[in-house]
Amino acid sequence: MYPFLFSKAADEQAALSAAQSGARYIAGGTTLVDLMRETVERPEAVVDINALPYRDIDLQPATLRIGSLVRMSELAAHPAVREQFPMIAQSLELSASAQLRNMASIGGNLMQRPRCLYFRDVTTACNRRSPGAGCAAIGGRNRTHAILGTSDACVATHPSDVAVALVALDAVVIARDADGERRIPIGEFFRQPGTTPDQERNLRPGELITAVEVPVSPEARRSGYLKVRDRESYEFALTSAAVGLDITGGTIRVARVAVGGVGTVPWRLPSVERALTGQAPSPDLWRTAASTAADGAKPLSENGFKVELIKRTVERQLATIGALP
Amino acid sequence: MTEPRHRWEIDRRTFVGGAAVVGGAVVAVPLFAGCGDDDEAAEAQTSTVRMRINGEERELTVDNRTSLLDMLRERAELTGTKKGCDQGACGACTVLVNDQRVTSCLALAVMHDGAEVTTIEGLADGDHLHPLQRAFIDEDAFQCGYCTPGQIMSGVGCIREGHTGSPEEIREWMSGNICRCGAYTNIATAVARAAREV
Repeated sequence: MYPFLFSKAADEQAALSAAQSGARYIAGGTTLVDLMRETVERPEAVVDINALPYRDIDLQPATLRIGSLVRMSELAAHPAVREQFPMIAQSLELSASAQLRNMASIGGNLMQRPRCLYFRDVTTACNRRSPGAGCAAIGGRNRTHAILGTSDACVATHPSDVAVALVALDAVVIARDADGERRIPIGEFFRQPGTTPDQERNLRPGELITAVEVPVSPEARRSGYLKVRDRESYEFALTSAAVGLDITGGTIRVARVAVGGVGTVPWRLPSVERALTGQAPSPDLWRTAASTAADGAKPLSENGFKVELIKRTVERQLATIGALP
Repeated sequence: MTEPRHRWEIDRRTFVGGAAVVGGAVVAVPLFAGCGDDDEAAEAQTSTVRMRINGEERELTVDNRTSLLDMLRERAELTGTKKGCDQGACGACTVLVNDQRVTSCLALAVMHDGAEVTTIEGLADGDHLHPLQRAFIDEDAFQCGYCTPGQIMSGVGCIREGHTGSPEEIREWMSGNICRCGAYTNIATAVARAAREV
């Protein structure tokens, strides 16, 4: 790890001005400290934002507001989240380990960087770490990599589970800088790699995430998260599916479907949602709707299995959520 | 790969180590008299933290890079907490910070000024073992023992969080602790047994 200056921000203003001088925000530290130790991240200064007042979980009539410093374990355990947003609670509890969930913040979760082994290994080529250096994953070990939203520059999978749920539910990221507050629809927050994989989010330098808002809805209440992985616990997704269905009078009124483990960003599936909307639930419908889940996929040398696996993951989760009382 | 070192890195580590006084005042030995730049750089990149570790107030000046794990082991001389992967993947370094289990390898010591830390050394009440320590012995829940301090601290957290309803639940909520000897069956049994007793 390279040396760095450390400060603790007493308030928002102190945090923003530290960042303006080039400091990196740190909350839980589970990603940043790890990557600093690997020398993937080399900040000259780090500012601890844990004293800022972003620790509340506030359920309002139409919106759940989650402070960016709320820990993953706190959000997952919150009774209103478990009742009204099961896919959020489930995606969190299926992430990382109990220890890491006690440390990691929701804002930091959205800021976490890819888990691609080549990104983490500074002896190999990685366009995300060193723009223009090339991508060792494309011709290398890429079994866990993305099949959707990839480019010639980068094929790293987006690692977050809860971000998949937040994308499915049309959450809004609230960020602040010296110019004031900004609301960023989460569908516009994450950037596909394209030719600039180092630019991972539509966030300005020094901008600070203060909260995430999620709309309350019937389909958020009837929802869940399915994660498929190499081992049963404490592992990143090979594939995952966040599904929420509003079924009224025997008809699917609203469907929300997003998938993880397959995209360079959390991947919404509007074609699957369209196929479900207005239809009556049935095993045939689940299969037909899920059949488009991998449309546009570009498998690599080792991850072709994800094309079929993601369809089956979506189909199974549609059936599970459709069968809920 | 060898990473380029800042020219003063090794010397500064020695400097910081030399300035350590556990549980008392910090006396910075002026190793760099006459080397103004290095002195300033070293000062800016160290911090003094106060923590209550196993009930005892400690004050330590640490390099900003020091993990809570390294501070405990190398500066506070509490080597019961183990370093396995040093990247949050194995759980050997689990301690309680303000009663919550965390992986101390991913925690920066400087971020824990004012924290209450409990390590495996702070669990027993004198010669009277914590029920989970007792259960690990009674259930033969280890073989080589290297992961055991982390397993026990994580188990204490797991019991406190109330996730001991079934062997499956214990396994899920203890999945952040790897045991390469494969003592999992007895570990889960020990956690379940202690959960009934505490």
